[in-house]
Amino acid sequence: MANNKMTAMLQWVDERFPLTATWKAHLSEYYAPKNFNFWYFFGSLALLVLVIQIVTGIFLVMHYKPDASLNANGVPVAFASVEYIMRDVPWGWLIRYMHSTGASAFFVVVYLHMFRGLLYGSYRKPRELLWIFGMFIYLCLMAEAFFGYLLPWGQMSYWGAQVIVNLVSAIPVIGSDLGVWVRGDYVISDATLNRFFSFHVIAIPLVLLGLVFAHIIALHEVGSNNPDGIEIKKKKDPNTGIPLDGIPFHPYYTVKDIVGVVVFLMVFSVIVFFAPELGGYFLEYNNFIPADPLQTPPHIAPVWYFTPFYSILRANTINFFWVDAKLWGVIFMGLGVVILFFLPWLDRSPVKSIRYRGPIYKGALAIFVVAFLILGYLGMLAPTPGRTLVAQICTIIYFLFFFLMPWYTRIDKCKPVPDRVTK
Amino acid sequence: MAQDRDTLNPQRRQLLVATSALGGAAVVATAIPFVASMAPSERARSAGAPAEADISKLGPGEIATVEWRGKPVWVLRRTPEMIQRLQGRDDLLLDPASERDQQPPYCRNATRSIKPGIYVSLALCTHLGCVPSVRRDVAPADLGPQWPGGFYCPCHGSKFDFAGRVFRNVPAPLNLEIPQHKYLSDTRLLIGEDDQSA
Repeated sequence: MANNKMTAMLQWVDERFPLTATWKAHLSEYYAPKNFNFWYFFGSLALLVLVIQIVTGIFLVMHYKPDASLNANGVPVAFASVEYIMRDVPWGWLIRYMHSTGASAFFVVVYLHMFRGLLYGSYRKPRELLWIFGMFIYLCLMAEAFFGYLLPWGQMSYWGAQVIVNLVSAIPVIGSDLGVWVRGDYVISDATLNRFFSFHVIAIPLVLLGLVFAHIIALHEVGSNNPDGIEIKKKKDPNTGIPLDGIPFHPYYTVKDIVGVVVFLMVFSVIVFFAPELGGYFLEYNNFIPADPLQTPPHIAPVWYFTPFYSILRANTINFFWVDAKLWGVIFMGLGVVILFFLPWLDRSPVKSIRYRGPIYKGALAIFVVAFLILGYLGMLAPTPGRTLVAQICTIIYFLFFFLMPWYTRIDKCKPVPDRVTK
Repeated sequence: MAQDRDTLNPQRRQLLVATSALGGAAVVATAIPFVASMAPSERARSAGAPAEADISKLGPGEIATVEWRGKPVWVLRRTPEMIQRLQGRDDLLLDPASERDQQPPYCRNATRSIKPGIYVSLALCTHLGCVPSVRRDVAPADLGPQWPGGFYCPCHGSKFDFAGRVFRNVPAPLNLEIPQHKYLSDTRLLIGEDDQSA
């Protein structure tokens, strides 16, 4: 009886909205390769962190004030409102630490998700557009992190924004006017804080949600890649048309992803409750001092997830051609991100997955990862001549990995790829 | 799309193109106020009033920081030794003669100042805008034997002498910017305004 009513209701909805069809197309009859491994947790985890950031963000906005003017105690209102959230708002500290830890967690899972793509060639045809949507998501995340970091209006907020907005001024001719336009003032000020708040809470999240939607639609159009880099759609059951190596996303991978979620939330909670600052890596100590436009902290460094690119920026200390070192730094930092967009066309290997690639790609990828990590480490430290030299070497390695890719992937000695997925 | 070219009505098509082009122009025109709204407001523009500095209490070698348009401005009373050490190191400097337009014409001289004893400049590194620290010590271990005393930026290691002239092979591309300024009296300085450009 009740069941009949449910069926009737569902039918009523289905005649007006493709509810059952959508459920089937994207979950119960979306066939994913059966050989997903550990690396395939991070896509769903990124979605989870996005939800955490949006929900905690909504509640933070209820108490936060984007106002750089000084209150009766001589403290900037924005800075004071964050302290207020931490001390006076019931559970405010928890919500804020979830949001600040979530920012770093987002980059952890997204970097691992992107590395998975490098391992198994997930950006290769027919997934080029899927990869490009993903790269735009990564750009949005960087913008979110940058705009959000100004909001607490601490010393690192202020001087970090000062340094990054001044990158714009390196552009010849229009640079300094563009910098003024971005800030809305001649210095980082209340106008800058308010527009960054607007970007952080509405503009970028809207774009981000649209891109995530497009990313998933593109994924479900072409189907997931897998650790063997084999197209499962090439071998279908002649009667049902279902890929022989595919299993329905729901319930198989929903259940698998829940395991990932549980483990992730355990680690996440440990950080939120026991080490929310994570030794200065997630929340920098200088940011507990209110912004002071007249005093730069003795050492400024971006949060860890930007440090590889920051290292590339600093590594350019030589004026060559007619362009000065400052602009070269900006160009190379931008190129370091943009080059990732072209990965689908730089890689000319006959195989996708690392499992069947030859020694050259394996070696190149290993060296690239080490160089990227060293750049990230150096980006947190003050520059010395020795460190700058190491950063320059790692910057060259970073770009050689991409620029030489069309050649070394082609001459690499690959192994034969099996017809069906293994294990 | 699959429509045969012969069945297309060229006049309708022309109208369609013209309407789309006009619509596109309207969208661009509508974007103008939104883009313009991000420029500094009238209030921000008018906040650029000149700042006054009293230098009567500034001892030899001492530096004061004055806020002008929200930016820090240094006023340094240079000692004779400081002025002496500005000379003879031109080969270490990128723009020793102040040829790049980073100062008003009346400060394009050997000491980059109106009076050799008083140095005025923005306290913002021309690389990415950090506030450099004042390093009076000559030839310290970390800055090398050539260091004549000057400003050292902690962010990315740019170096400037006590006339704000940038050294070679550091990230900063330009000398420190010197704002317009004038003396109201021997002890009072007005930053942000001079008689020439008024």
